Amino acid sequence: MVHLKYPAELQAYPNQPVVFKKNLIVMKDMMEAPAVLETPVQLKKEKYPVKKVLIICSKGKLEDVYAALVMTNGALMEGMEAKMFFTFFGLEAITKKHANHLHTGTTGNPAMMPGVPDMIKGLPGLETLASYMMKREMDKLEIPSVTEFLEIIEASGGEIYACKLAVEMFHLKKEDLVPEVKGIITVGDMYALAEGEGTQIIFI
Amino acid sequence: MNTLTSAPTLQVNEEGYLKNYQDWNRDWATEIAHQYNISLTPKHWDVLNWLRAKQAEGTALSIRKVGNSGIVDIKEFYALFPGGPLKISSRIAGIPKPASCI
Repeated sequence: MVHLKYPAELQAYPNQPVVFKKNLIVMKDMMEAPAVLETPVQLKKEKYPVKKVLIICSKGKLEDVYAALVMTNGALMEGMEAKMFFTFFGLEAITKKHANHLHTGTTGNPAMMPGVPDMIKGLPGLETLASYMMKREMDKLEIPSVTEFLEIIEASGGEIYACKLAVEMFHLKKEDLVPEVKGIITVGDMYALAEGEGTQIIFI
Repeated sequence: MNTLTSAPTLQVNEEGYLKNYQDWNRDWATEIAHQYNISLTPKHWDVLNWLRAKQAEGTALSIRKVGNSGIVDIKEFYALFPGGPLKISSRIAGIPKPASCI
């Protein structure tokens, strides 16, 4: 047993439940006792806007690549700095051969043609048809093609990089990539791109 | 010219965009441009007039459209209105804030 002394300041609030713990006197519901705090402390709300984004695109599906492109371009439009890093299947989006021929996947995606079984969605030609339809809808909204989008991003001050490891893995060369690619860099170089306060890294 | 008195008399929304684009005048535009540290050159005016003409037509604007306008390319557009060119130029041109994602 610990010897307890009822503190003078608590006598003012005889109804406050008090918990004794070792030789510490802890007021239960200390956080809720409004009588203790005279005025609530107003914390100054500071804003920390995003100043730079590094967008990593690791996928080569039409919708994933466009997500990366739209977000990069959107950041530049807002006056932010923006860099792109393409790796693994994302490299498809910056190869001269495939950039404008990306497909959307029809299988393994329950949100694509809901209710239709994957076996049907996997039938030959269906992926091509779905990609064609998606591109047609994008044309209606005047969404630029992948290569034009990359040109816009470069002209807007954005920087585009390819992953060295993935480039080697897919046996690609600098000349296989679109001219907007500024360099083929390592993962360390990629992190260096994200230096600075207010940077966000987005992985797709 | 009353360069300093024209600006506050025009009605703007909470983001500083002109409420009625017919109210716009060159003095007001010059004043707003100064807030962004931009001194308007003939090239700036070409862009602003083009933006206003498109607005009058009811065309939704995007960076891409400005780039294809034949007046400036995208690089020049970013150089003329640094730090968010479409938003800043729209504000100076007295047209509503662009609602475009591309």
